[in-house]
Amino acid sequence: MLDHAGDTARGLREFLPAHCVLSEPEDTRPFECDGLTLIRQIPKVVVLPETLVQLHGVLRFCSTHAIPIVPRGAGTGLAGSALPHPSGVLLSMAKFNRIIRVDPQARTATVEPGVRNLSVSEAAAPHGLYYAPDPSSQIACTIGGNVAENSGGVHCLKYGLTLQNVLEVRGLTAAGEELVFGSHALDAPGLDLLALAIGSEGMLAVTTEVTLRLVPVPEVARCIMASFADVEHAGDAVEALIAAGIIPAGLEMLDQAASRMVEPFAKAGYDLDAAAVLLCESDGSPEEVDAEILRMVAVLKSAHATRIQVSGSEAERLRFWAGRKNAFPAAGRAAPAYYCTDGTIPRKHIGRMLKSIQAMEVKYGLGCPNVFHAGDGNLHPLILFDDSDPDSVARAEAFGADILEESLRLGGTVTGEHGIGVEKLNQMCSQFDRQTLDAFLGVKRAFDPEGLLNPGKVVPSLHRCAEYGRMRVSAGAVPFPELPRF
Amino acid sequence: MDDILARMVAVVQAAASERRALCIRSGGTKAFYGNTPRGTVFDPRAWSGVENHEPSELVITVRAGTPLREVEAALAAKHQMLAFEPPHFGDEATIGGCIAAGLAGPRRSSAGFTYGGVREAVLGARLLDGRGRLLRFGGTVIKNVAGYDVSRVLAGSLGVLGVIIDLSLKVLPSPEKEATLLFEMSETEALQRLNNWAGRPVPLSASCWRSNQLWVRLSGSGAAVENAARTLGGEKMEHSHADACWHSLREQVDGWFATAPPLWRVSLPSTADPMSLAGEQCIEWGGALRWLRTDLPMAVVRARAQALGGHATLFRGGDRQGVFTPLTAPIAAIHRRLKDEFDPARIFNPGRMYEDL
Repeated sequence: MLDHAGDTARGLREFLPAHCVLSEPEDTRPFECDGLTLIRQIPKVVVLPETLVQLHGVLRFCSTHAIPIVPRGAGTGLAGSALPHPSGVLLSMAKFNRIIRVDPQARTATVEPGVRNLSVSEAAAPHGLYYAPDPSSQIACTIGGNVAENSGGVHCLKYGLTLQNVLEVRGLTAAGEELVFGSHALDAPGLDLLALAIGSEGMLAVTTEVTLRLVPVPEVARCIMASFADVEHAGDAVEALIAAGIIPAGLEMLDQAASRMVEPFAKAGYDLDAAAVLLCESDGSPEEVDAEILRMVAVLKSAHATRIQVSGSEAERLRFWAGRKNAFPAAGRAAPAYYCTDGTIPRKHIGRMLKSIQAMEVKYGLGCPNVFHAGDGNLHPLILFDDSDPDSVARAEAFGADILEESLRLGGTVTGEHGIGVEKLNQMCSQFDRQTLDAFLGVKRAFDPEGLLNPGKVVPSLHRCAEYGRMRVSAGAVPFPELPRF
Repeated sequence: MDDILARMVAVVQAAASERRALCIRSGGTKAFYGNTPRGTVFDPRAWSGVENHEPSELVITVRAGTPLREVEAALAAKHQMLAFEPPHFGDEATIGGCIAAGLAGPRRSSAGFTYGGVREAVLGARLLDGRGRLLRFGGTVIKNVAGYDVSRVLAGSLGVLGVIIDLSLKVLPSPEKEATLLFEMSETEALQRLNNWAGRPVPLSASCWRSNQLWVRLSGSGAAVENAARTLGGEKMEHSHADACWHSLREQVDGWFATAPPLWRVSLPSTADPMSLAGEQCIEWGGALRWLRTDLPMAVVRARAQALGGHATLFRGGDRQGVFTPLTAPIAAIHRRLKDEFDPARIFNPGRMYEDL
């Protein structure tokens, strides 16, 4: 083990150009956190290799000296998956930013991991194709990061998450061995390791190349904006749409606090008197969309929608979406800081969950507008707090943890698309029993026997879970700790 | 713990301590698939039944020993379906065997809004592994990225990591309307057309080419299907006849599959050139799945599949050893280490997938 940052940086400079190795605090500070700004760690050394040969060199060096490696894309992740390791090397893949090939006939794009999500769809557009997963951060986030987190977006219900839209991932083990997960065909021999690689938060391999599935751009899309007088009515409407056999292209909800927060900026025309607004989109051929919109409107009406507007033009459709898409920047203006978690719950509990969150707003003394992927039951509560006030920070964290525990009580999961990272390590102790957590550690060992790739993320230690358990039992927060939670 | 599960755990623990091989087998409908099974039969069918089906959540949770036909009937009663249209290969098929085999049927296409494969349908699973642990992975909601996605790895795992106990599966509404169109064309032209169509918003849900005939199925809303049928042309097949054709293709019971020579399952990029190998071919999944009936040596078929960017499995017949394409060294090493983690005594289905697993 090399003890000093200086030794590590010097060693790495032997096979990396000087500008690809950062070790001065003023250079490494920008990498101290990802989108989860509550937790920071200045990395000892940051490397930004530009070629595969250089990447191999970095891995060989780190393996030889047993130095942890934390891979990083654009750093837009919200769970701290790219939080630097105190004694590790932060490996930025940002310079691997080439779109290697777009094959319109095969409907695939093969890209390096540093390619931005949106630029794939831009490159595919001339062929009438696009890459379906569209996380809110798509102008900045990278495909490598999307693979690490199994990112979603607003079209998951119909088009799937990253997992459903990736054919092949190429990567390297910590020791620099080449791995190919999946293939350009629809399956590959052996166990389906692609399913493990996607969403593994940089802990199983370093992604070097990804082949994505592209899908045809729908001929038309139209959006319905529906108002509800009660959040439970809106939740029931979501359930009713799905029960009617409709799979909307997008189905998003904003509660009143969220509509009021975004409207001054987005001018989307949201009904500010409504307790909740639903955005429900249909896409396909013009005839198909016309027919589906009629069915959707009928369901929404019988589900007590108080006002329904259907976009009559593409400009109007984009205006409806403008508020939803600007929710995060708007939250940034509404408070000094916001904290967004992403538990997922069965759709039928959406209304109940929103009422629970309203009660928590009082309990923690913090506001929490909600904008979320209602069709997937994937919540995005935006807890507004003051990051200069330690008490406010602590209340925001406790508020977030409480929402995640409530998600589990309702039969859901603590993360729908943001990942565990370091943020939700405690809640992993609630979601999975120790044997299953140990099995996750076994998976990690199978891919990374030396434990050098992003160690300490995703799977909590026995000790950590014991601490969390004590804390929660003393707070009386777990009524039936012995119950298994699926 | 339930008595049935407790007994299963006890059998596994005993086998592990004696290092005695267990061959997981329910209805035995897929016993032909993979390398020759070895070991004492372990039948998990006592653990059976639909635990929960909530149509508005698009999820069904079932015990793995539940007959596949029972799962499909429960879904059909609510106008829903397993989107990957699994082959049963016999009336005794169970949902656990179906997922462990990982085989999808005609609806696994590569176009637009896809129905996806077996993996895409798995949301959560409980596994009894070779250490006798009951492990719960995933969950019951469609978006869930907590922990590694082990439940999806069970799709196609052939039981080498353990016995699947419970499954939560994503389901989809059954299509409002379907239509099947018939065309006369060569293999080259069919591959070209299928890939062209897949790049356009056409609701293709199945395709099959053989003997210079191409049939494609469209699924979706009435408007979408009628519209696409008009655009694509071809000859419309009568509905019940079309359903029977897709069914016998899926179950491999029609004349084409009945004949003797070894049957290869060749998985290729949909745009791959014709295989141009001696034998008879039946092409599904828009060109991505090519069934080949041939007496050619294994090495020849494998080399051609690899040259075209895919892999070849000896699906039925022939010598039942080494039926799957060998793995690269680093991937094989990961397989062995996963096996060591989940089944260190190597009791479950030894050799069924690869000799050293």
